[in-house]
Amino acid sequence: MSLMLLFVVMGAVALAAAMGLLLARNAVYAALFLVLNMLALAVLFLSLGAPFLAMVQITVYAGAVMVLFLFVVMLLGAEVLPEEGGPIAWQKPLAFVLGGILIGSLSWLIFVEATGMGRILPPPADYASPQELAMHLFQRYLLPFEVTSVLLLVAMLGALVMVQVERRRRAREAESQGS
Amino acid sequence: MVPTSFYVFLAALLFTIGAVTVLVRRNTLIIYMGIELMLNAANLAFVAFARQFGDVAGQLFVFFVITVAAAEVAVGLALIVTIFHTKHSVDIDAISDLKG
Repeated sequence: MSLMLLFVVMGAVALAAAMGLLLARNAVYAALFLVLNMLALAVLFLSLGAPFLAMVQITVYAGAVMVLFLFVVMLLGAEVLPEEGGPIAWQKPLAFVLGGILIGSLSWLIFVEATGMGRILPPPADYASPQELAMHLFQRYLLPFEVTSVLLLVAMLGALVMVQVERRRRAREAESQGS
Repeated sequence: MVPTSFYVFLAALLFTIGAVTVLVRRNTLIIYMGIELMLNAANLAFVAFARQFGDVAGQLFVFFVITVAAAEVAVGLALIVTIFHTKHSVDIDAISDLKG
């Protein structure tokens, strides 16, 4: 009963925040709506017996990734953009129609076709503790773990290279203007 | 006691809203946020199934998805900033030719 109440309340908050992201004119508001959505999802993770993931979601996703988004939004001054009139006039209605088809087919799949789904009960106390996650992560899923660390290194290098290219281009521009 | 299909349906709704955000909005940063919303929806479905089948591997998938999403956001935002230096706009319709 309490799990259902928690799910309904947090689900409503997550959906409202997602609609806020879709409809917000200001990019800062949209980013903050997304942060609210991630926090609601973190509470849902807690209710699904994933306390470690809930904390990782709050710390990394809502706390670092979204802050990076907000930095870039404010750095570029990209808060408000005139959203009226793209080059293709029928793009927005078609997008809504396709979204309706998507959610329609997904609901049919989930509620009519898929029969193997049971019920979620409140998790036992030591379900998916960090120790258990670590045992799986470092034994069975060691290769994806190492590959992910290489991926993070490559991403960091990529971002740095792009800054270098930009810096060199701007130095060349300044030279050609000065001379 | 909540049926698993409710959690998966919420994930499907969030995914659809994220997909419509990518299609409808013109601000590149908001499009990128729609992509992140889709990733979060998939994470929710993963965790719901991990709880139902008692397999922790679902939660490990979410761990990897969050990590890869963080790397992707770093690179993607660097790209957006670089494009902004040339186009001076975050309008996605301004990036309509292959040059620059």
